[in-house]
Amino acid sequence: MIGSLRQRRRGADADANAMPDPDSLGGQGPWGPPPVIEVRALRKVYGHGEAAVHALKGPDDPEGGEPLGVELTVEQGDFVAVMGSSGSGKSTLMNILGCLDVPTHGRYLLDGIDVGGLDEHQLSLVRNRKIGFVFQSFNLIPRTPALDQVELPLAYAGVKSAERRRRAEAALTLVGLGDRMDHRPNELSGGQQQRVAVARALVTAPAMLLADEPTGNLDSHSTEEVLAIIDRLNASGRTVVLITHEDEVARHAKRVLRLVDGRVVDDVRQAPVDGPPPALRDPAAFAAAPGGGR
Amino acid sequence: MNPLQTLRFAVAGLAANKVRSALTMLGVLIGVAAVILLLAVGNGSSQAVKDSIEKLGTNSLTVTSGSGFGSESSATTVKPLTVDDAKALADPKQAPDVESVAPEVTTSQTAIYQGTSHTVSQVVGTYPAYFEASNSKVAKGDYFSDDDVLNSRKVAVIGSTTATDVFGTVNPVGKQMVLGGTPFTVVGVLQTKGGTGFQDPDDVVIAPLPTVQNAFTGFGSLNQILVEAKSSSATTAAQNEITTVLMGQHDITDPTALDFQVSNQASLLTTQASTNQTFTVLLGAVAAISLLVGGIGITNIMLVTVAERTREIGIRKAIGAPKGVILGQFLAESTLLSLIGGGLGVAVGLLGSRFKIVGITPVVIPESVVGAFAIAVAIGLFFGSYPAKRAASLRPIEALRHE
Repeated sequence: MIGSLRQRRRGADADANAMPDPDSLGGQGPWGPPPVIEVRALRKVYGHGEAAVHALKGPDDPEGGEPLGVELTVEQGDFVAVMGSSGSGKSTLMNILGCLDVPTHGRYLLDGIDVGGLDEHQLSLVRNRKIGFVFQSFNLIPRTPALDQVELPLAYAGVKSAERRRRAEAALTLVGLGDRMDHRPNELSGGQQQRVAVARALVTAPAMLLADEPTGNLDSHSTEEVLAIIDRLNASGRTVVLITHEDEVARHAKRVLRLVDGRVVDDVRQAPVDGPPPALRDPAAFAAAPGGGR
Repeated sequence: MNPLQTLRFAVAGLAANKVRSALTMLGVLIGVAAVILLLAVGNGSSQAVKDSIEKLGTNSLTVTSGSGFGSESSATTVKPLTVDDAKALADPKQAPDVESVAPEVTTSQTAIYQGTSHTVSQVVGTYPAYFEASNSKVAKGDYFSDDDVLNSRKVAVIGSTTATDVFGTVNPVGKQMVLGGTPFTVVGVLQTKGGTGFQDPDDVVIAPLPTVQNAFTGFGSLNQILVEAKSSSATTAAQNEITTVLMGQHDITDPTALDFQVSNQASLLTTQASTNQTFTVLLGAVAAISLLVGGIGITNIMLVTVAERTREIGIRKAIGAPKGVILGQFLAESTLLSLIGGGLGVAVGLLGSRFKIVGITPVVIPESVVGAFAIAVAIGLFFGSYPAKRAASLRPIEALRHE
């Protein structure tokens, strides 16, 4: 909890919206495994000079200098929902966390690795091994059967053909598409396509699953299906970072971050890091709760 | 990422746009086929010239009377060539490099056999050495002999065109035809030489010299003397000997005032062959340009493909495709285009070279096949590398946002 300790030291008292101390919400102390995500003083600026847009800036410096940047730590096994309206910087955060974009300032440690010092090739390896992406628009490769889609990250990782097939089949079975392996994206419904994308994201056993509005293009039934899969993945220990603007989706997370204008304004712990996500702790109560009737 | 996997992606990429891929391949196909075919046509025409040199007999020299056109000779009086000149040339002491000598008189006569009449463009009176020197071989019957010459027998060897025109399907050997009012017995029919010029070399009647002189031309001058040198390397020496001997015969002392010409037809044709070489190079250059255009077509299509698949490239990068793999995939696609196009182009080129093109039988140059194919593949690699590089260096975040 080096990051949070430092933040407290650096003047949480100066910021009215300081994050609550994650230690009090079930952190693992300084001797646990490294956090999956450790972001320090992260800032992202588009453009220069007058036209510069601070997509991510964090709290303002009390001495009137540059903004201090976003501080964020995500523990292994956590299920974090990042919420915010459009323009709040949540997509920028997601792109940086996914190593698709580089921050202007600050450090980002993914699974203990400082991503900032990596070259292009190493970054592609990190994306391949450490991160599983799920996008709002599914982003499947056109005209490619589901099994091949799921095999693709393994192929890039250099896994042998037979092993690749076995693992891809296992992943597709896990998301309930065991009978649709040779279907192409245009032969699958939106929910099924997103499930293929989830299978593709988890087939490499990444350190975290990064989902950018995974249910944004889905009907309520498919949304439930996909979220149920993500819930189960988290329950089995996979770290999940999910970006959404829907409260119904955020209810599934153990921890909810709210971003406004590039700052973390709210950080709520809904369930402890260890143990199942809210939807699986007490399914009946979860369904009955307000907003659960989707 | 093994090469086979890359190849599978490339094939899938090409199959996604079949018409476009096929048209691009067509560009390369036409380029490669054009290179092979045009070079084969050029080569074929020089080969034809070479063949006719061989038909002519590379050892043969022709002595004609007169100073000839375009000659710098300042001869005032022209002594015609005679049989005595030919005899002098046949003397091995004076002309050791001369193998044989055939004096020649030529005329044109009408041949009649059983009511069929045909004007023979060339009636040659000569010695049996003529057959060797002019590279004429009999297909049926035999040549006439020295004995026939000495006895002025009315015998003749006829060309294949004359044979069919006068005798039709009848075997002419042993038959008698009337040539310009004189009956001749046909003793042999020559093999078909096949003509490259406007005069058919197969429309010919060859008879003993005194017989033709007696019947048609009279015992005056000769039209030309055909001389065969001992070997093709001895032609220059033989040419000098002929000049010396004939200068003696004609009492000429000034070598610039000759009243005869010794020409080596083979050398003339060699000049023609080198002209053909230039022609071949020119054809090859035109074909190479079409190959280049095919290559630019690949670049064009690959650029379109990269633009169209930007999003897909972004997805692939997001799930961990390294730069090299993307580069490899697009390079493999462009190379595959040129490989298949080039392969089909070789097939079309080889197929097309089996047909006669504007009267020339194309002769395929094996190097051109290998070369055109290799260049096509290299073009695929070269022209595909720019779009592939562009695809590979796309930033994932921008590629993903691309619509």
